[in-house]
Amino acid sequence: MIYAIVFLPLVGFLIAGALGPWIGARASEFVTTSFLMICAVLSWIVFFDVALGHNHGYAPIIGNWMTVGDLKIDWALRVDTLTAVMLVVVNTVSSLVHLYSVGYMHEDPDRPRFFAYLSLFTFAMLMLVTADNLVQMFFGWEGVGLASYLLIGFWYQKPSANAAAIKAFVVNRVGDFGFALGIFLVFQLTKSLGFEEVFAAVPGLAGKTIHVFGMDVDALTMAAFLLFIGAMGKSAQFFLHTWLPDAMEGPTPVSALIHAATMVTAGVFMVARLSPIFEHAPAALEFVTIIGAVTAFFAATVGLVQNDIKRVIAYSTCSQLGYMFVAEGVGAYSLGIFHLFTHAFFKALLFLGAGSVIHAMHHEQDMRNMGGLRKDIPFTFAMMTIGTLALTGFPFTSGYFSKDGIIEAAFAAGEHHTTAMIGFVATVVAAGLTSYYSWRLVFMTFFGQRPAHPVAVNHSHDEPASADEHAPGHDDHAHDDHGHDDHGHHAPHESPLVMLIPLAVLAVGALAAGYVFEPDFAGHAYAEFWKGAIFTGEHNEILHEMHAIPAWAGYAPTAMMVLGFLVSLYVYVLKPGTAQALARTFPRLYQFLLNKWYFDELYDFLFVRPAFALGRMFWKGGDGAIIDGLGPDGVAARVADGARLAVRLQTGYVYHYAFAMLIGVAAVVTYFVAGGLR
Amino acid sequence: MFGFGILSGVTFLPLVGVAFLLTQKGDDEASLRNIRWATLATTLATFALSLVIWSGFDTTSAAFQFVEEKNWLGSGLVYKMGVDGFSMPFVLLTTFLMPFAILASWDSIQKRVKEYMIAFLVLETLMIGVFCALDLVLFYLFFEGGLIPMFLIIGIWGGKRRVYASFKFFLYTLVGSLLMLVAILAMYGKAGTTDITVLLHTDFPKEMQTWLWLAFFASFAVKMPMWPVHTWLPDAHVEAPTAGSVILAAILLKMGGYGFIRFSLPMFPDASTNFAPLIYALSVIAIVYTSLVALVQEDIKKLIAYSSVAHMGFVTMGLFTLNAQGMQGAIFQMISHGLVSGALFLCVGVIYDRMHTREIAAYGGLVNRMPIYAFVFMLFTMANVGLPGTTGFIGEFLSLTGAFQANSWVALIATSGVIFSAAYALYLYRRVIFGVLDKASLKNITDLTPREIAIFTPLVLLTIYYGVQPQAILNATQASVDNLIQTHTALIDAVKLAAAGQ
Repeated sequence: MIYAIVFLPLVGFLIAGALGPWIGARASEFVTTSFLMICAVLSWIVFFDVALGHNHGYAPIIGNWMTVGDLKIDWALRVDTLTAVMLVVVNTVSSLVHLYSVGYMHEDPDRPRFFAYLSLFTFAMLMLVTADNLVQMFFGWEGVGLASYLLIGFWYQKPSANAAAIKAFVVNRVGDFGFALGIFLVFQLTKSLGFEEVFAAVPGLAGKTIHVFGMDVDALTMAAFLLFIGAMGKSAQFFLHTWLPDAMEGPTPVSALIHAATMVTAGVFMVARLSPIFEHAPAALEFVTIIGAVTAFFAATVGLVQNDIKRVIAYSTCSQLGYMFVAEGVGAYSLGIFHLFTHAFFKALLFLGAGSVIHAMHHEQDMRNMGGLRKDIPFTFAMMTIGTLALTGFPFTSGYFSKDGIIEAAFAAGEHHTTAMIGFVATVVAAGLTSYYSWRLVFMTFFGQRPAHPVAVNHSHDEPASADEHAPGHDDHAHDDHGHDDHGHHAPHESPLVMLIPLAVLAVGALAAGYVFEPDFAGHAYAEFWKGAIFTGEHNEILHEMHAIPAWAGYAPTAMMVLGFLVSLYVYVLKPGTAQALARTFPRLYQFLLNKWYFDELYDFLFVRPAFALGRMFWKGGDGAIIDGLGPDGVAARVADGARLAVRLQTGYVYHYAFAMLIGVAAVVTYFVAGGLR
Repeated sequence: MFGFGILSGVTFLPLVGVAFLLTQKGDDEASLRNIRWATLATTLATFALSLVIWSGFDTTSAAFQFVEEKNWLGSGLVYKMGVDGFSMPFVLLTTFLMPFAILASWDSIQKRVKEYMIAFLVLETLMIGVFCALDLVLFYLFFEGGLIPMFLIIGIWGGKRRVYASFKFFLYTLVGSLLMLVAILAMYGKAGTTDITVLLHTDFPKEMQTWLWLAFFASFAVKMPMWPVHTWLPDAHVEAPTAGSVILAAILLKMGGYGFIRFSLPMFPDASTNFAPLIYALSVIAIVYTSLVALVQEDIKKLIAYSSVAHMGFVTMGLFTLNAQGMQGAIFQMISHGLVSGALFLCVGVIYDRMHTREIAAYGGLVNRMPIYAFVFMLFTMANVGLPGTTGFIGEFLSLTGAFQANSWVALIATSGVIFSAAYALYLYRRVIFGVLDKASLKNITDLTPREIAIFTPLVLLTIYYGVQPQAILNATQASVDNLIQTHTALIDAVKLAAAGQ
């Protein structure tokens, strides 16, 4: 069964990718989508069997990948509770996104390619979550990176999409650089890369010091730290987050699947999977907490002022991933995974809902040009509201259980570690900010009035190619390629049923997933549910301590949620214009947030420009002037100089030669005479 | 075959094709077709014969196999051939890639077709000879002889600055070759023979090892090419015809790496250990330096040439780690680079044949009219950046794993290469393939022809197959690598013991 779950998407990819031009778009959609439906159903069966049932999991080996010296790596499909949770998340969201895309992409001539990429992504993600060793995980890790690159750049005629795709791949490679070094170090320490062998060796390595990079450091701390750099890249954490907002250049279903529900959570999954290593590396865990806390806060502040509907949600995703890392950093891995699980539902819902809004608005993404849509697209409005309630942690929605759980855990751990207390403060503040920007999104989109004169187009629409420049057959290319002058002429319309059904399914998850699964993930059924898939040290009592915190700390996130809602209500509904006034009052702060803390500019200055400048310097200066100048060209030039000198000597006048001869004779005579004298 | 063995057969079979080509006269279409098909048939037959050798090759043994020996010049100079785990993969790589080189020249070479094909067949003989020779003088003859047809291919069928490129290549190799010849004479003087199997068990004095190592290094470093003696490569690649670039990148560059494994490491173990830091330094400089240079190139072939230098940095680094992962990874990287860079140069050839320019700025938006080409180019681009699931990953991953155990700093800097390679490769891909097709000259460009698809299909399949199932290649080299490491460790330990005893 697990073979079918993992390889059906690959088969779908091959069919749609190779045969797409022949079997047509409709058949490609049908094949890939129905395969994913089957996978989703099978995944739930596995979930009931392994996670909720009594099956302790299995890891069938498909075959050997490579064996070199001590290094032995197999292709295998590991299934335990952690994998089962991920299977459910990945395949449920992926199948719904496939279905949704049938409606969303219906105008696009390249649909076979789109569905092929979606299935390729799903396959890579499944290889990642079923990996039984670090190298197969890396295979999936880079595979989802490739699929993400291809899907962000799906509309390859847009320069901005191409740039965003490259940025995503390269920034992820920075993370992979750390991941790879982590793998090398783990191999050096344990002489194996299979999870079972590594985890068995880890306790013996606790507290051991190694000499690496010229320093004497704690072995496991270093390993965990390097591996976490990989997680930071994939999960868009602070310093390596810059690719995620730009990734919104991809079609909206892609954002929902890859950049909200699945791929970006791979880092969270990795830390949980490697919990035996992290649990023995407390210093690394504190680092995880800090990065998560800073990201949760930072991304929420930037989300406050963005006007592109997808970018708001993208920053929200970034922020929520920070929450998950805070949970893992304080040792509550299961809460991190729980939030991953619930977040997948409500964030995919929000993204697909945003897609429905964009669809209704004829590909307008700027919220300043929206307003009053609740009457035109009531179903989408209802769905977005549910998603927002869940995200902000409204009581008894799924976010309430997972997100508030994280905040409580951070507080409980804060009694032992300052970093955890920082995590608590950051996540509570971020909860308020989240509530503010989420409701801001709803109010700007669904309430008020649409402006008569649309605001000038923002960054994601700097598309120079107009439709008539496209190659034949691509005239009616992509959604975002349409001009923006056509809205206002058409009334916004509700999306087709094929797009609304996925919304409804996800809404059920967003409302109920928390309440239903809370006991399993982090409550009294914890042990029977996880069956040891997540390792926690013997002194790790965080899941009990979090229930013993003062009442005010427990109510803090809910209070912040209400506060954020009220402020947002005041600013955008009761007193419109307040936001603009605030921006005018604090122009520096506003610009700072609007420009995302100037990270892109900083990195451009620090890395991109110097790389190109160095490249040019090495090329023209190093290769050209120094190496060639002193090497072959120089030698050739000296030979030429010598030849020229020789040419000058050969004047052709007899008296020159006679004179030279005389001098020579004189020199020889002098030499012998002088020699005889001695 | 006149009392010679099968290795001589596979080595000199291409010359049989040459003999046939020499009988062909006339310039009409029919005889040109004859010439092309005869050449292709010869290379295919050679490949088939090498497969026969492979089927009889015992991968569990580190010994030389199919050994044949003839008295030749007397006084210890013998004609001796044989293959082991180090050379077998390269023989196969050579014979496998030759038919692609011929197919790639099918339409693009129109002048002096006969001479061109003869040059390639002679080149094939010499290349196979390099990997099979078990006598130092014989090796030297093949090794240096291979330059002649390559000079001619670049010099006659090359681009505008072909003379400059050949002279640069010549200057570089001259220095290395002469030093190597001196070293060979010195070794003959010491051991009284040039038989490689004997030399492998000769103990050269420590002092002498240093000089011999440096002399061989001069030659192999140029061939690899290692930084800073790499600047001939971009020029040679740019000027060479497509098939010339393919063979240059895929096989000629591997002779340097092969030389290190065959001579420097086993024959001069002390010197190799002492000079390993030098190799590491040059390797990581090559990886970072040439990757950055690749980022700013304006010529597609030059960019790929620089990326080759960076990839060869992983090879030299891996070889001198002297552990199983590093060495096997380095050899795998060479095979993988043979497939991938060969395919990338073929990709450039495809659009060069259509547009007659290698300028990146002359392209853009090719995916609109060439979707199959875009896919093929994407796949090899990904293999070039070492995406798991392709051969590129296995080589890089293993050599870096080995390097980390030998020296974590080296691995740290070298691993940063994965970031740079992604940057330059995707930046190139974006400028050539993606975007809007708005250049008038490209409006009628056509996608791959059936012949081109036939060329790329096996390369695509092998790149993925050996990325997922690399064990066939790894097994072939394993016994020889293990043997080398054991011998090396034993020798170094013996030296240490002797030092301690004094």
